[in-house]
Amino acid sequence: MPEGYLPIFIFLICAILFPLVLLAIFRYLRPSLPIPVKLEAYECGIRAASNARGRYTVRFYIVAILFVVFDVETIFLFPWAVRFRQLAWFGVAEVAVFLSILIVGYIWAYKKGALEWV
Amino acid sequence: MADTFLDSTELVLNMGPQHPSTHGVLRVILKLDGERVLGTECVIGYLHRGVEKIAENRTWQMFAPYVDRMDYVAAVSNGLGYCLAVEKLLGVEAPPRAQAVRVILTELNRIASHLLWLGTHALDIGAITPLFYCMREREYVLNIYEKYCGARLTTHAFRIGGLQYETYEGFEKECLEFCDLFEKKIDEYEELLTGNRIWQQRLTGVGILTAEDCKEYGVTGPMLRAAGVKWDIRKAQPYSGYEKYDFEIPVRENGDTYDRYIVRMQEMRQSVRIVRQAVADIPAGPILAKVGKVIKPPVGEAYVSIEAPKGELGYYVVSDGSTQPYRVRIRPPSFVNLQALDKMCRGALVADVVAIIGTTDIVLGEVDR
Amino acid sequence: MNFYLLTLIKMALTALVLLTCCAYAVWVERKVLAHIQLRPGPYRVGPHGLLQPLADLIKLLTKEGIVPSYANPFFYLLAPFLAVALALTAIVVIPFTPEFELFGVRTAIGLTDLNIGILFLLALSSLGVYGIAIGGWASNNKYSLMGSLRSSAQMVSYELPLAMAIVSPLLLVNTLNLREIVELQNGFHFGLLPKWNVFASPVPQALGFVIFLIAAFAETNRVPFDLPEAESELVAGFHTEYSSMMFASFFMAEYANIITICCVATVLFLGGWHPLWPAEYGSDLVPVVLLAAAGLMLLFHAAQAARRRKWDRFTFPVFGVLLLGLAPVFLIPVLKPVLIPFFWFVAKAGFLVFVFIWIRGTLPRYRYDQLMRFAWTFLFPLSLANLLVTGLVVALAG
Repeated sequence: MPEGYLPIFIFLICAILFPLVLLAIFRYLRPSLPIPVKLEAYECGIRAASNARGRYTVRFYIVAILFVVFDVETIFLFPWAVRFRQLAWFGVAEVAVFLSILIVGYIWAYKKGALEWV
Repeated sequence: MADTFLDSTELVLNMGPQHPSTHGVLRVILKLDGERVLGTECVIGYLHRGVEKIAENRTWQMFAPYVDRMDYVAAVSNGLGYCLAVEKLLGVEAPPRAQAVRVILTELNRIASHLLWLGTHALDIGAITPLFYCMREREYVLNIYEKYCGARLTTHAFRIGGLQYETYEGFEKECLEFCDLFEKKIDEYEELLTGNRIWQQRLTGVGILTAEDCKEYGVTGPMLRAAGVKWDIRKAQPYSGYEKYDFEIPVRENGDTYDRYIVRMQEMRQSVRIVRQAVADIPAGPILAKVGKVIKPPVGEAYVSIEAPKGELGYYVVSDGSTQPYRVRIRPPSFVNLQALDKMCRGALVADVVAIIGTTDIVLGEVDR
Repeated sequence: MNFYLLTLIKMALTALVLLTCCAYAVWVERKVLAHIQLRPGPYRVGPHGLLQPLADLIKLLTKEGIVPSYANPFFYLLAPFLAVALALTAIVVIPFTPEFELFGVRTAIGLTDLNIGILFLLALSSLGVYGIAIGGWASNNKYSLMGSLRSSAQMVSYELPLAMAIVSPLLLVNTLNLREIVELQNGFHFGLLPKWNVFASPVPQALGFVIFLIAAFAETNRVPFDLPEAESELVAGFHTEYSSMMFASFFMAEYANIITICCVATVLFLGGWHPLWPAEYGSDLVPVVLLAAAGLMLLFHAAQAARRRKWDRFTFPVFGVLLLGLAPVFLIPVLKPVLIPFFWFVAKAGFLVFVFIWIRGTLPRYRYDQLMRFAWTFLFPLSLANLLVTGLVVALAG
């Protein structure tokens, strides 16, 4: 059903164009008076104490890694759910094995303290 | 997990002066590692008006309205402290009737101040609704003030030596009505917040100040009582006839933000109790002691401290015998309590800083004077 | 040819309705919050503030758009449009009504009918985080950066329980096509209790529904999980620096996301367009009665002189008559098979949107670590357990 995807693409293009067109049209109605102070980064009315582009705490990368591991896992569950009735007990057993491996990983991550935030 | 794998750079972040939850123009410089606060530094003075210096160029009476501008949400308490200090210097005492009315108005003011604190604190934690409920009840108190002296916020309700105005017709009735209504409303607030799991999680164990810490920093008021110290100047050194009233000092043990919240909630209930007792028994008689039109206290000095909603509010007044104060030094509770901010914030998260500033209950007008 | 023409017309209509809905979701939110908080809410622009969204739009369009000097202009400008485009696109796969015949073509309200509709939605919601992450980083503002880091962590974390909560009803219906999912929830237990997935036999997915809703709150950055834009901590979070149309885009994206996720919840758990109780007991009359009652109430208030305000004198009778006129439309036999299901769908999704607003007026906000702990150590295992139990019971039941 390729035509099923056609509306999506057209709609996506419309959704991107809509704000752009508005932006373009209203450029002529909008004031544009940039002055250096106005363009400074907002930090509660005080000149920024330091750059915001420093290295940030490593915690957030752990979240990303955990996410990749477990989100891929959930994606594998979708085909199982669709073919659930055909696969019956074989599918249940397969998924049980699959999940138990991931649960072991989850417990390991938990024990390691990867789920202790900040 | 063990130490971080890579060193992340320390992030220095200005919180305030233009920030939604620093309760005015407080500026806190935060040193952050991720969400963790490594240290804080308070920058104050954005609202400095030199109140103490102004006092030296005004007569004793003329300075009285200025103190209302310090802690503007508890203006009546400020006025009471100043009047008591000057009265001590003069060696006069307000008549019993004036004392009773003073107690009623200051306790109502404590309720109003705590209500504003509760609303804004809840707003900081993310509960946007209680603010409006608190404001609704605060309005009753402000209406009573308006009827009594014409002003709602910076009331200048008291004069040196007693009261300027007699109470209005129906004053007692309105106060009692407010008490009846308000007791139900406190239950309502507590229903919304006290038992709320998110609320408890956000507040318990955050910003702990032990009793020793409090003593070291000179922290007073609800923050001290939340740490388990039963110290309330109304009981310890009664003034304005507080010894006549039967009330309790709410105390908690842990000294975290949740306990401070609980202490303030119970304090409001106690204030209602005091107002009820005081209204039931307002003695008849004059409202102003004989102080004369021109106040010229004898040479000397006096220190009076009262239990303001935020803690111990002290006035140290020095007279050189003239019509103007030689020196007025004010001990604002917010300013002293704010000193402990760094102690409380170290190791907390950014979101906790907001909760801690909230339960410190600062008013920048008072911090900066 | 007819098919493409129809699709184009439908697309234009959907876009129009969706944008209006987003704008009015803001109005509804402000009104509901206001009434929770004892205030009237928007009241000045138009009757009962009904024109407020329009005024807001005009204001935002004519504001100066600021690009901070140290920002990365390309990514800074890209982020809001990415966010809004993805948020708006997600609506295309939602089926609002069953199929019906129109000008000789079988069609339905709803743009397309993908056989992997659920996966498409999941993919879009995964991409949704990019708008916020890029926007916060490109602003070169520490508040924005912290907001976007928080939101990236939050959105990816809550995606797991969300996906898990979606899989468990799929075990019952065994399809990824949203239309088929709804159609399989047809019928009633004992002729009364609807066979929606929340009440499905053998395993009612009530727990899954709750998990889905909680995760949805986090995915759409709503209270109590609105940390990315926690205004009392991070000023405005990831959109601190944004103004004008760029800000409006983020704003629109947020509300479009809420609407979409409520529609998804309706499809997956609440039986889509199926009525709450069987038509034999008069569920078809609900929209008629509701509209008529609303119309009569407005007319009643219009008749009461004391209640009249400046605008109400005109708008109450007009809206009253309008609603009264709309009521019998639901009785027309030709339109009935379209309008009644559509009403039920909108009613359910609308109720969920109301719940989102209601929660916002009630609950405080979580702290970052509590939020993450809640996702990983409570919601994720819970959703996993729900999935396994569902799988086992369904397999046992054959």
